[in-house]
Amino acid sequence: MFSQFLQLFLAGVAQGCVYALVALGFVLIYKATETVNFAQGDLMMLGAFVALTASTILGWPYWATILFAVIVMAAVGMLIERIVIRPVLGLPTFTVVMITIGIGYILRGVVTMVPGWGTETYALKTPFGDSVLRFGGAVLAIEQLATIALTAALCLVLYLFFRYAKLGVAMQATSQNQLAAYYMGIPVRRVNMLIWGLAAAVAAFGGILLAPIAFVHSNMGFIGLKAFPAAVVGGFGSVPGAVVGGLIIGVVEALSGFYLPEGFKDIAAYVVVLVVLLFMPSGIFGETARKKV
Amino acid sequence: MRFIFKTEYAQDIRLFQHGGQVFWYGLLLVLALAAPYLVSGYVLTQLHFVLIYAIVGFGLMLLVGYTGQISLGHAAFLATGAYTEALLQGAGVPFFISLTCAALFSAAVGVIVGLPALRLKGIYLAIATFAFNIIIEEIITRWEHVTGGNSGKLLKPIEIFGYRLGSQESFYYLCLALTVLCCLALINLLRSPTGRAFVAIRDSEVSASCMGINLAYYKTVSFSISAALTGIGGALYAHKVGFISPEQFTLIQSIELVTIVIIGGVGSLHGAVLGAAFIIMLPQAIAIAKGWLPETIPQAGLQSVVFGLILVGFIIFEPYGLYGRWLKIRTYFDVFPFYRRGTFRRQRSYLRSERLR
Repeated sequence: MFSQFLQLFLAGVAQGCVYALVALGFVLIYKATETVNFAQGDLMMLGAFVALTASTILGWPYWATILFAVIVMAAVGMLIERIVIRPVLGLPTFTVVMITIGIGYILRGVVTMVPGWGTETYALKTPFGDSVLRFGGAVLAIEQLATIALTAALCLVLYLFFRYAKLGVAMQATSQNQLAAYYMGIPVRRVNMLIWGLAAAVAAFGGILLAPIAFVHSNMGFIGLKAFPAAVVGGFGSVPGAVVGGLIIGVVEALSGFYLPEGFKDIAAYVVVLVVLLFMPSGIFGETARKKV
Repeated sequence: MRFIFKTEYAQDIRLFQHGGQVFWYGLLLVLALAAPYLVSGYVLTQLHFVLIYAIVGFGLMLLVGYTGQISLGHAAFLATGAYTEALLQGAGVPFFISLTCAALFSAAVGVIVGLPALRLKGIYLAIATFAFNIIIEEIITRWEHVTGGNSGKLLKPIEIFGYRLGSQESFYYLCLALTVLCCLALINLLRSPTGRAFVAIRDSEVSASCMGINLAYYKTVSFSISAALTGIGGALYAHKVGFISPEQFTLIQSIELVTIVIIGGVGSLHGAVLGAAFIIMLPQAIAIAKGWLPETIPQAGLQSVVFGLILVGFIIFEPYGLYGRWLKIRTYFDVFPFYRRGTFRRQRSYLRSERLR
């Protein structure tokens, strides 16, 4: 009984880590620009496809694949910011949100047109293999463990980056008050561009980690829809919050899929987010908002 | 160039500002009435959809364009209206009563969705409505003995006072009548104190509440009216397609509905109609353009790319939408040769977080 619970719990944590990674992408962009990137899931999908190309067509090793995908996606992210987001800088949030929804459509469509990608489903090979680890009666795949470990490492790096690095602090300043940031000599536009590159790179990372759990296909970006609740539950704008939110959503989903009637698994995340929003409108780790005139 | 001299206050809220408007809207109405005799059956079918989407667009325009609340969950109201209509028609309820019930029930659901809106703003509201959409979709899928689940529900043609609206023309006139009624109702609402309160909330919540506007009350009202209109649209939609199932009311559908508002032009009722017409014509245009392109490009992918490009393009280059473009052209000729490019410039502001640490 307990081991079964533990098993579900750990599977939920592994799935939650992927949600956390996508949610991290949301949080990064939100932290720096106060907008939400609805194309985050699709960036992740594109990252997974880039990795797939490097791994199967070019035949590169796993680590080179990750590096390649991350660099390519960082470039794509910066390009998107330069072409599409910069012209609407300074306009209301909802405008930018609709633009990112449009970007999502474009990315999803483009992927189906690229020869060799298309609408097929692919599997990405990993060096972790199929071996499992027994842990107090529960069975855990090494792949899942690797996902958890890599997510934890990435989160730590990002947390330290925002806490101590000059660029990270500049990014936070840009988000809190653009005008003041300009006065302090922060190149706001370049910072925005870098943050989009960073978010896209994190998305690529998430895509590669998700590939062994799910499969690579043009609609895998819809997992981003599950990552929203994760980001909201944790409180948008908080890096630890995104991770905690992702884990909560992942675990709740895994447990409700087993203990509750059929159908609850798919909506568990959204029920959680509605409950959290009702009682804590800015999430668990969210900062309080106050409107000044 | 036309000058309108205002000599009394009532002129401000007149339905038609000047005789020219009476003429052009009258002409439009005559053309709309004559449409079944002017166009082919296929175009008429598309016109059904345009009218239905226009009603939904009105609802969404009231919420997004006039009250400034974001909703990514309007497909849920569309579904509520459609399923209410399907169930009541199945139970033998007359059309006008079932249509009213569809509107009222959607409005009730709208109030429930509106409740979080009292505490949430911007992005959080968008995400709450979107979570709601997914939950409603799942409820419809799982509540099989009522909604039929994934196998969906079939609808019979409408019957009004014993007369069957089986033909395309009669259904067209029903849609047209309802569209005109909804439009007039909205215009009236918007020139009443309630409508002015909505606009005040959109422009600044703080100043609106300082002027004595009860934010919670008016936001809820806006959500419920918007949902009711969408419910009416949903009921007509259900009759139009004749078969409804949960996958017609997904998040994608919600986004498409918001796109009507954006492409048409946020903050104008004309925009809702123009946007609806655009969204309906787009897939046809793409299907035609497909003929000139290589075979290997999949239809779905092409549609997705074009849709995304148009959405992005409109927001960057024509933020006031189709109606905004028309306004610019009209103003250009109105004040010729004194039109300045800055007339319709968007205001930009430096971003400032409302989060406190």
